[in-house]
Amino acid sequence: MPTIHYILKDGTTRSVDAKVGASVMETAIHHNVRGIDAECGGSCSCATCHVYVEEAFVGKLVPPDEMEDELLDGTASERKSNSRLSCQIAVTAELEGLTVRVPETQV
Amino acid sequence: MDKKPPLVVVGASYAGTQLAAAARELGYDSPIVLLGDESHPPYQRPPLSKGLLTGKTAAESLPLRGPDFFQEQGIDLRLGTRAASIDLAAKKVQLEDGTQLDYATLVLATGARCRPLMVSGSDLAGVYQLRTLDDALAVLQAVTSRPKVCAIGGGFIGLEVAAALAATGAEVTVVQSNRRLLARSVSEGMSEYIAQAHLKRGVKLELGHGVRSLRGLDGRVQAVELDDGRLIECDIVVLGIGVVPNDELARQAGISCDNGILVDHLGRTSAPSVLAVGDVANMRLSSVPGVPDSLQRVRLESIQAANDGARAAASLIAGQPQPYSAVPWFWSEQFDLKIQLAGLPATGDEMVARGELSSDRFTLFYLRDGVVAAAHSVNRPAEHMQARKLIAQRVSIPVADLTDPSTDLKALAASQTTKATP
Repeated sequence: MPTIHYILKDGTTRSVDAKVGASVMETAIHHNVRGIDAECGGSCSCATCHVYVEEAFVGKLVPPDEMEDELLDGTASERKSNSRLSCQIAVTAELEGLTVRVPETQV
Repeated sequence: MDKKPPLVVVGASYAGTQLAAAARELGYDSPIVLLGDESHPPYQRPPLSKGLLTGKTAAESLPLRGPDFFQEQGIDLRLGTRAASIDLAAKKVQLEDGTQLDYATLVLATGARCRPLMVSGSDLAGVYQLRTLDDALAVLQAVTSRPKVCAIGGGFIGLEVAAALAATGAEVTVVQSNRRLLARSVSEGMSEYIAQAHLKRGVKLELGHGVRSLRGLDGRVQAVELDDGRLIECDIVVLGIGVVPNDELARQAGISCDNGILVDHLGRTSAPSVLAVGDVANMRLSSVPGVPDSLQRVRLESIQAANDGARAAASLIAGQPQPYSAVPWFWSEQFDLKIQLAGLPATGDEMVARGELSSDRFTLFYLRDGVVAAAHSVNRPAEHMQARKLIAQRVSIPVADLTDPSTDLKALAASQTTKATP
């Protein structure tokens, strides 16, 4: 089980064991990680599961598709080069240690 | 020991769960009891008519919160529990199992139930409704071998079920008495687009036809009889003819109801210390952006309204009232189409298109007195997000700018002068 680290708004880190195949958003919801709202439940409709991915991992992820790319333009917190929607990142064994930072606000 | 009576929340779907969670986030530290009448812990409903039926979403991924959430948050979640009556004077709720609960504040998040089809044969085997996880699992079990499906009702549920089952190989017919699909929610142009989208993808439509009866053999449905006498053969029927608010508890207690429980921008009902949120709440929406002035109240059946209405009510409970003010929005998925709706269109709005409808990527904007009041997008999630901001800011944009695909809506939202909020 890969470990995912979530850096919360208050600067603390929550580290959780993720199931391979689940999304980074689902993993956060399952472990009650605060700051990932996921209002649409992961259907890539709402941009409320925005995270900043630690630079070292950006290149290991499948790049955003057109829908995600468009939605990232509508996030409540500023879009940066490492912005992703966590519902679109599937956990794989290669993502052991993946670190994402929760933004200031999702809505 | 804490002797203060708890906050009692009746109903544990989106609104009830969000209310309890938001109250805790805002620092409310008295006991909370959350009552759910289903056996499942709170779960996501949108995938029930979409991904769950196509196999894209597994039932295990549906819980709204992690398994420890309620305990961690000091929320006493009681499943399989129904409230029987409310005693407003004594501030007590009587449960069906005989238990009595005192409450400091009572929140009714009792939701809605499927409207029954009142024709002969609607009790035949093979006739399904779709509201709960158990409903959806029953449909899923029934559609294993490319059945003929008749969806009665051309609203979001009927169309989503039609699309999901057609995508898995079923032969689907949608029957609706209204000539227009989604007539309650979208403009005529959008209705026509959706109809064409379904026809193109192999769904048959019988619009403008009521259902006279359901016909069966040996207790199982075999056909839907239309009002012109024609029979639509089918193995299963899925009903999607709207919902009825579960406002009986409130009515019996003498709380003001009219198509749901009447509440203000903070979820307050006519009774002191009783709030209502979610599908059962008929909310006062005056001065909410994207809502026409003619519509003083509405019962919004959406995740967004449940969440935002619950947040507003929780803010009152936590002593930091923040009235509901969010632009209504919701979404649907049908085949490869992500349909997103922001604001509520009204008769007389000017409708303009950004993008070609035939491309399956466009946004219809609705202008009210020149101000962006609503937008319906297909496969244009960024435009939907921008539209929500434009609607919230009551932005006035020249039609030529709005319909020009090269106009940067984000920049427009940031720069345009806004109309003063009344």
